[in-house]
Amino acid sequence: MTYKDGFIKGLPICLGYLPVAFTFGFMAVTGGLPAWISILISMSNVTSSGQFAGTTLILANASYVEITITTLIINLRYMLMSLALSQKTSSSSSLINKLIYSFVITDETFAIASMEKEPITSAYMYGLITLPYIGWAAGTILGAFSTGIMPDSLKGAMGIALFAMFISLFIPPAKHSHNVAIVVALSIFITCILKYIPALSFISAGFRIIIATLISAGFGALFLPEEESDNV
Amino acid sequence: MSKILISIFLMALVTYLPRVLPMVLFNKKIESKRFQAFLHYVPFAVLASMTIPDIFYSTSMLISGIIGSAVAIFLAYKEKGLVIVASGAIIAVYITELILH
Repeated sequence: MTYKDGFIKGLPICLGYLPVAFTFGFMAVTGGLPAWISILISMSNVTSSGQFAGTTLILANASYVEITITTLIINLRYMLMSLALSQKTSSSSSLINKLIYSFVITDETFAIASMEKEPITSAYMYGLITLPYIGWAAGTILGAFSTGIMPDSLKGAMGIALFAMFISLFIPPAKHSHNVAIVVALSIFITCILKYIPALSFISAGFRIIIATLISAGFGALFLPEEESDNV
Repeated sequence: MSKILISIFLMALVTYLPRVLPMVLFNKKIESKRFQAFLHYVPFAVLASMTIPDIFYSTSMLISGIIGSAVAIFLAYKEKGLVIVASGAIIAVYITELILH
C-alpha cells in the first residue's frame, strides 16, 4: 500500500469531482460570494452536500448556529466512515498522519479505502487524497471564474459518475457474499422507506444514511456472522 | 466579510471533527467479534444507502438516471471495474438524453 497505489485510485474520484466542484464554484459566485471565498470554502471543507448547504445559508445571511448545526448534521455520517477506517489503518500510522489525512475523508475516498483488503498505510492515504483534493479545488476555481454554466447534456451525464463508482464498489462483494447482499438490500430498503414515506421525510439525507447503516450493519452483526468468503 | 469568514471556519470545523475524532480515538483494534462484524458491514451499508435511490435522480431526467443505473449495475455485476462502470453509465445517460431532447 504505497503512495502510488493510492494516487492512481484517486484519479477517477478527481475526475468525478470536477463537474460537482464546478457547479459549486459557479453557484457560490452567482449567489454573490467573491471567487476566492468559494475556493476557500472548497479547500477548507472538501465535502459536497455539507458545503453546498452551508454556503446556501451564508448567502441567505443565516445565523452561526443555523450554519453550524446544519453542516454538522449533514456531516455526522463521516463518524461512521472514520470509525470503520480506524480499524483498517495500520497501527504504524502516527497520530499526526491521522490528523492530516482525516481532513480529506470524503464519501468517495472512504468508499475506495474501505474496500482495500490490506491494512491501510499513511502513504496510501496521502496518495488517495492528493488528486481528489486538487480536483475539488480546481473544479471550484473553474466554476468560480466561468461565465456560463456547463451544457446541460454534459452536466446531466456527469452527475451519475460518482454514484456509478459506488455501484462498482458494493455490487461485486454483494454478488460473492449472501450476507453482504442481505445487508445491502436491507440498507436500500430502509433508505427508501425513510425517503418515500411522507411522515418520515423530515429526516435529512445525512440521517437517512446513518439510520440505514446502523440498522442494516447492526442486523448483520447480530444475525449474519462473517463467512470466510466475506473477508474481502 | 468577517461574518462570512467565521461561518466558513465553523463549517470547516464541524466537517473536520466527525472525520478525525473516531480515527484518533479508536486507535486500538476493537476486540469484540460482534463489533468487528458490524464494522465489516458498515462500508457496504453506507455505500448502498448513499447510492440508491439517489442515483436515479442524479441526471437531468429520471429516465436517463434509471437507464444509467441499470447499465452501471449490469457492468458492476459483470465485475468490470470502477472506470468501465462509471464510463458506461455516463455514456448511457448521455445517449439517452441526446435521443430524448
